[in-house]
Amino acid sequence: MSAVKMSGSRIRVAEFLFWLLAVAVMWGFPQHAALWAEIVILALFALSLDLILGYGGIVSLGHAAFFGFGAYAAGLFAIHVSPDPLLGLVAATAGAALLGLLSSVIVLRGSDLTRLMVTLAVGLILFEVANRFSGLTGGADGLPGIFIDPIFGRFEFDLAGVTGGWYSLVVLFLLFVVARRLTRSPFGVGLEAIRDNRLRATAIGIPVNQRLAAIYTIGAAFAGAAGALLTQTTGFASLDVLSFERSADVLLALVLGGTGYLYGGLIGAVIFVLMHDLLSAWTPHYWLFWMGFALVAIVLIGRERLYGGVAGAIARLAPKRGGRA
Amino acid sequence: MLTILFDGIAYGMLLFVLACGLAVTLGLMNFANLAHGSFAMAGGYLTVVLTSQWGVPFLLTLPLAFVFSAVLGAILEPTLYRHLYGRSHLDQVLFSIGLVFMSVAAIDYGFGASQQFVRLPEFLMGRIELGGVTIGIYRLFIVIICGALALALHLMLSRTRFGSRLRAAVDDSRVASGLGINVNRVFLLTFAFGSGLAGLGGALGAELLGLDPWFPLKFMIYFLIVVAVGGTATISGPLIAALLLGIADVAGKYYIPQFGAFIIYVVMVAVLLWRPQGLFVRGRR
Repeated sequence: MSAVKMSGSRIRVAEFLFWLLAVAVMWGFPQHAALWAEIVILALFALSLDLILGYGGIVSLGHAAFFGFGAYAAGLFAIHVSPDPLLGLVAATAGAALLGLLSSVIVLRGSDLTRLMVTLAVGLILFEVANRFSGLTGGADGLPGIFIDPIFGRFEFDLAGVTGGWYSLVVLFLLFVVARRLTRSPFGVGLEAIRDNRLRATAIGIPVNQRLAAIYTIGAAFAGAAGALLTQTTGFASLDVLSFERSADVLLALVLGGTGYLYGGLIGAVIFVLMHDLLSAWTPHYWLFWMGFALVAIVLIGRERLYGGVAGAIARLAPKRGGRA
Repeated sequence: MLTILFDGIAYGMLLFVLACGLAVTLGLMNFANLAHGSFAMAGGYLTVVLTSQWGVPFLLTLPLAFVFSAVLGAILEPTLYRHLYGRSHLDQVLFSIGLVFMSVAAIDYGFGASQQFVRLPEFLMGRIELGGVTIGIYRLFIVIICGALALALHLMLSRTRFGSRLRAAVDDSRVASGLGINVNRVFLLTFAFGSGLAGLGGALGAELLGLDPWFPLKFMIYFLIVVAVGGTATISGPLIAALLLGIADVAGKYYIPQFGAFIIYVVMVAVLLWRPQGLFVRGRR
């Protein structure tokens, strides 16, 4: 256990380079800022799912519920309460966390199958709520008229999305640091124990349900933050933030990058958005087919084999850098 | 009032036929096959094509839809599904969602995104009065067929040799194979049969439920509720769950249209809080 903590608390060179690259890309290609913002937001969303799935072991089919809740909360907050982006972000995150806490009560009951059903149902319920209460949410037309103040009163959201890109990246970085700290803490190690062997974790005195509820709430909060970022950077929220496809998208993004280590969601989001961009340009209508194909192929090849292969290749390239890959 | 009850029963019966294949797959192979609705959709589209383009009588298309989806299942089980039985639920979920997306896009490509309609024969349309209750003939037809199917399934499971093999394989597949039961063959037959039932349900339900490329996604939650609430141990469990769901859904949409869509979730949450493992579970585990 001490080995886990040791290797974790050290900031590795690769991690530093990763973030440096992200900043460099944002700096070097501001004309694609909207695309980078899209990647960053999906990355944060995938990170939130990784906390639930990779660390909590909960397979969720309705994670978009929290994303969408955050998106609508940020939009409504900006319209009715205050157009300040940071306040809106905090409010949306807190709201999503509360929703996560409430739904964790029923999500954590029962077996894997019931969990699939319940997470899917929570997503559908929220979609239906947003659809029905069109007086509040605009229904199928979306929520228009969201104006966000400049950040700190200085950095105005521009049409090209440069401010939005930087803003999203900073929020992602801060929340990533929180997640990193969290997963390397005794709390995170305990979660891994629960994921790997629930019975033994109970036997050594880890309060299983309490821990799972906590990580589910945190994951929901992160997802809410991602949704809020989307609303604030695009100035719009529509029903598709709550759709089942969004839940499936983020699942695919996370699986592309690999679950159970925090960079998986980030890397997966990059691959996913670029893939989406390329494939949509090629076959705009049947993107769904290729997405399904990717899912099937990944599973049939075997996720472990896929990432085992990649990790092995990296380890062979840099054998001297010590530690396990 | 009674008419709504009857409509609910018809709807529930239909859900049962659609979902019971999933219950078997899940109980038998512990495989969460979210793509179950795709088999139902295949049956539905086959019926649409046969009746509207080839002029095949509706009644004849029903067994054909069963056979078509069953063959589809029999092809996919050994080629794709079998490799995933031992894998984690995450893998199974990803895989079957992938299949759903592929089927949705393929149907969209082949038939367009619009809703398809099945032309019913004359004698199944209209309504009749039975003891003061107005009943749609087609719904009565569904109730009779699905009721007969449920009874046949129950008898098959409890009375025939195949049924006892199946139950043995569900209880403990290792010991069952040790006793000389070809578990793989049982799996294959059951999977094909369950897919066939889904296809039949899709064909029967195309009129009632509506058929478009998004069918497998729209009804995924219904299938999951039926199976999770009803359990996978018996035939009666999913049947009762499906009836409950059907009646609640129809009644909810009729009496409180604004919130009708939420009724099924309320029922689901209530059942789950009361009995987290489903309504009907055996003492096993």
